[in-house]
Amino acid sequence: MRYSRRGMATERNKSAEAQQGFVYLPLFAGWLVPGAGHFLLRRWLRGSLLAVSIVAMFALGIAMQGKLYSGAHDILDALGLAGDLGNGLLFIVSRVAGLGADQVQVTTADYGTRFIVVAGLLNVISAVDAHNLRTGRKS
Amino acid sequence: MFRPSHFAAVLLFAFFASIVFAITQRETPRRMIRYGIYCFVLFVGSAIALSWAMYFIAR
Repeated sequence: MRYSRRGMATERNKSAEAQQGFVYLPLFAGWLVPGAGHFLLRRWLRGSLLAVSIVAMFALGIAMQGKLYSGAHDILDALGLAGDLGNGLLFIVSRVAGLGADQVQVTTADYGTRFIVVAGLLNVISAVDAHNLRTGRKS
Repeated sequence: MFRPSHFAAVLLFAFFASIVFAITQRETPRRMIRYGIYCFVLFVGSAIALSWAMYFIAR
């Protein structure tokens, strides 16, 4: 029985190429700036759509006077803070600039708070997607 | 201050979340578009269905 190693060698080369350099760069870049991980990998359209979607959700949340979590006083605050931190620089800059509300006072502010948290969670998903593209786990 | 109705907020939420889900969960553009539409319909449809369910439970 004969085995061809041509295909195997190609796969091994592809895998080796995918592991070269700092493979976590798209993950960190994508977390800090929405879509940046995909931009680093020259996925311009995907990165643009992700960036617009995540930034728009975050901006809508701020515009609705959504709350930006500042501390983990109880378990719900801790979960909200974890979601907010997923926004990366958007969250940090907004905290420094004093955007968002400290207390939820109207119904739309409650929607806004959810928009901000979900924008952070979606940003984490897109950063992980960029990492998967970088390592070759996804094409 | 931006004050959308509850339904407008659902539509905005579903639209943007569906785009991110489609791009990250599928590989080819064709499948991304189909999955994005599927997610959007599920988001909006389930919100409408649950709203009617709560309406009848409250009565």
